[in-house]
Amino acid sequence: MVLNTLRTLRNARHAVAAPAPRPADGEVLLETVGLTKAYAGADGELPVLGGIDLQVRAGEVVALLGKSGSGKSTLLRCLAGLVPPSSGTVSYRGAPLTGANPGTAMVFQTFALLPWLTVLQNVELGLEARGVPADARSDAARQAIDLIGLDGFESAYPKELSGGMRQRVGFARALVVEPDVLMMDEPFSALDVLTAENLRGELMELWESGQFPTRAIVLVTHNIEEAVLMADRIVVLGSRPYGTIRETFEVGLDRPRDRNAPAFEELIDRVYRTMTGRAKETRLPGRPEGLEPDRRTPANTPLPGASVDGLSGLAEMVAHRGGSCDLADLADDLGLEIDDVLPLVDALELLGFAAVSGDDLVLTDRGTTFAGADVRRSKEIFAAAAPDAPLVRLITTSLRQSPDGTLRAGFFRDVLAHHYTSEQVAQQLETATDWGRYAELYGYDAEREEYRLDAGATA
Amino acid sequence: MSFRTSPATRVTSGFAGRLARLSWVDAVVAAAVLVLFYVVLQVGHGTTVRFSTDQSIKVDTDPGRLPYDAARSLLRMFIALAASIVFTFGYALAAAKSRRLERILIPALDILQSVPVLGFLTVAVTGFIALFPGSMLGLECASIFAIFTSQAWNMTFGFYHSLTSLPRELDELSRSFRFTRWMRFWRVEVPSGMISLVWNGMLSFGGGWFFLVASEAISVNNKDYALPGVGSYAGAAVTDGDLGKVGWAILTMAVMVIGVNFLFWRPLTAWAEKFKNEQSEASEVQRSVVLDFLRRSNWPRLLGTVLRPVGRALSGAGRVFGTDDRPLHVDGARRRTGDITFTVVAGALILWGLFDLGRYLHDETGLGVFGEPLLLGLATLARVVVLVAVATVVWVPIGVKIGFSPRLTRIAQPVVQVLASFPANFLFPLAVWFFLKTGLSINIGGILLMALGAQWYILFNTIAGAMSIPSDLREAMDDLGVRGLQRWKRLILPGVFPSYVTGGITASGGAWNASIVAEVVTFGGTTLTATGLGAYIAKATASGDFPHLLAGVAVMSLYVVGLNRLLWRRLYRLADTRFAL
Repeated sequence: MVLNTLRTLRNARHAVAAPAPRPADGEVLLETVGLTKAYAGADGELPVLGGIDLQVRAGEVVALLGKSGSGKSTLLRCLAGLVPPSSGTVSYRGAPLTGANPGTAMVFQTFALLPWLTVLQNVELGLEARGVPADARSDAARQAIDLIGLDGFESAYPKELSGGMRQRVGFARALVVEPDVLMMDEPFSALDVLTAENLRGELMELWESGQFPTRAIVLVTHNIEEAVLMADRIVVLGSRPYGTIRETFEVGLDRPRDRNAPAFEELIDRVYRTMTGRAKETRLPGRPEGLEPDRRTPANTPLPGASVDGLSGLAEMVAHRGGSCDLADLADDLGLEIDDVLPLVDALELLGFAAVSGDDLVLTDRGTTFAGADVRRSKEIFAAAAPDAPLVRLITTSLRQSPDGTLRAGFFRDVLAHHYTSEQVAQQLETATDWGRYAELYGYDAEREEYRLDAGATA
Repeated sequence: MSFRTSPATRVTSGFAGRLARLSWVDAVVAAAVLVLFYVVLQVGHGTTVRFSTDQSIKVDTDPGRLPYDAARSLLRMFIALAASIVFTFGYALAAAKSRRLERILIPALDILQSVPVLGFLTVAVTGFIALFPGSMLGLECASIFAIFTSQAWNMTFGFYHSLTSLPRELDELSRSFRFTRWMRFWRVEVPSGMISLVWNGMLSFGGGWFFLVASEAISVNNKDYALPGVGSYAGAAVTDGDLGKVGWAILTMAVMVIGVNFLFWRPLTAWAEKFKNEQSEASEVQRSVVLDFLRRSNWPRLLGTVLRPVGRALSGAGRVFGTDDRPLHVDGARRRTGDITFTVVAGALILWGLFDLGRYLHDETGLGVFGEPLLLGLATLARVVVLVAVATVVWVPIGVKIGFSPRLTRIAQPVVQVLASFPANFLFPLAVWFFLKTGLSINIGGILLMALGAQWYILFNTIAGAMSIPSDLREAMDDLGVRGLQRWKRLILPGVFPSYVTGGITASGGAWNASIVAEVVTFGGTTLTATGLGAYIAKATASGDFPHLLAGVAVMSLYVVGLNRLLWRRLYRLADTRFAL
């Protein structure tokens, strides 16, 4: 019944505009050809996305999956016509985009509700923008609110609602304009685990019931399980050197999907391996640790964004489990996303404290000693290992060659600017500063923006 | 399942229930609005009275006229506020939306807010009188313009800042849902900037009283002009040397400042709470008795019902401004051509203006005209520096004391706010009387006069700074036994530093402006003149000497901008990087 009302409204509205008929299953709604995107960096253009060819068809749910920095959100915004591509084309139903995509509506990670409007007014926004008369849009908004399970909250203000309820408003607001494609940018990642699970389930039920007012969904996520639960197709984006489609998985599982089914778990493992990239690209055969330490440079081996506390915490946890454990299980037990754990894993690997074999993280001898040592001892071990990280080594050796043992941060910034965006440069230096200070190799004077060799490290 | 009743019935029943309870609250509100309209009409009528430039206006100093005068002054203040808001919207929008205009408008705004407004009053008065020959409207406009120029800049800056720092997801929301430009402005941008708009408006309004008083009675070209108002009333009382009447004027002024705060700004700041872009209920919120009272009545709802169709019609009409969208492809060559054309045209206009100005000054007085104000500026600079230093030594310890005690804060903060917005030039006559009695030189006393208005900014910003020091830091210091000098050095001074810098900038800017009225003061036929740039400008104003006026104002702007760049900006950056809590 709800749908009928929505349909009537839509027809009434569209009677003026005489739109194209509702797309049939399989029709290509969104398409990118040779899409690249680069942002201006400190040293020319820095690519974020490279050569993306992607199609989104009516009737399917597509998940864009990747680590942070893989450009998945940028890709979504290119599809929505919010961010201009550097080259290549984005088209909606065959027509290249010139501005915001008329056939999409976005659901935001941070909800993006206007706090000064009530739930009903927030939901009405899209219709108001189309010039739908007040009465009609109020009716349609109430139907959408009903559909998404928000009835009773019409006159509430967003700040009175829980996170889950807020995101429901986000969904209702997007669905009420009946876009051909619903764009979701990590819609569940700001919610707690139970709320996210519940909302995900309800959304997929609605999608399956055939009552869903949109014809396709594009979902951006870094959560593998979420992708496997919801999507018909998972597009894995890799981040080195810039975002490309690493692999595409068709998910043939029936809905509702059972997490404990062997096929489900097997797919998760496959996606996991592709995403961490350990099975393939970064590792050459017979070289278990990626590049040999002496062939690493600050350019080809960026420092992972891991604090000393974080990586030693992870080392201790692995040591506690007998020196080796399954990565996916570990992340799961901690209630963490892959995004949160991977930098720590990368850091342990880089320092030679651990190695990844298959799905397991295994501590090396050095790592085991590090995890078990007291503060003084662990500092010594860390100091011995830190020069394996190329940027730490670069800073230490440069400082030694400098006559007074000091160098401006700007020097290193310039060196890195050839390979990273200014944000990445800042993150690289922040990590290098943290590690160097802990290892007592060098100090950093934030006021003078200057690195200074630590007295004990001159030898 | 009571909440599942159809929404339509809920609305009607709610509304009917409301109407049934039409109460004395509604009656009071209705009466208040009616009276307000009546007063505005009555008072507004007086502004179109005929007058000719030949007649000097005699101000009636019967204390019975004070309510009417006060109303006229208030009307001026609010018209100026309305003008400031319109200006703010236009200027900030232009600067935020146009890359090219931004490059000119924002630096211009920075200079404009450093220019001593009072110096331009003469130009404004002459201009507006020419615009409305034979009517008081010209003088009214000049006065309103003076108040406007003291209010508009920081509101504009605040709104521009909120436009350019609009959260990314709100911008994407607007474009993704294809909002019309009209909707984006009224639904997203104005509400996002509302808090800054209201608070900046309140601060500006407080500063505006000073200019109201200074602009109601003014001598230009050796002719005295006066508008009915509290400022001119006080001016006339001062000329007569009647301290009793001056006292009445001060009392009226105090009532106005407090009344406007209570009836207008408090409710407005409390109302603006709803525009806070935060995801949970704040623990400490602005409250207002007046707003609570209004909300208890039915009028907001009824007004809403009446105004909603108007809003819809406007929103419909606003569609002509088009959809909020940005083209994905920009033609690089066309853009460059546009940039170059714009730069050339703007540059040529500025050069031409400069050339013309230089020629004018050269013809009139020779370019050496800048020498004297540059020297005199040093004297005024010394006064400003002494003022800020002394005010800091005196008020920072007191401010910290107040800020650390919640009880004292509750009492002191509103008082200080009123003191800060109370126009100090109102008290000048008393001070002059004091100088005459004690024989204190105006060269020293001028500092005192300038301080009357400026010092409060340092005090109340210090209070705010002290309040913002987290109590766990203070407890930690107690715990470690850090007290006395060490406590000041390690906790208190770094803690209040950022707020202090804000107060210092405002105080020093205010002091420069005040010097124009503080370095030449009159009481009952005696005129005291100090050596300084302020006196130089005041003299040029009174005699309508444009070349000297221009030179004086330009040099003062130079001093203000220089001081800001060389001192305050650096302190600001230091506060931002080192001492941010």
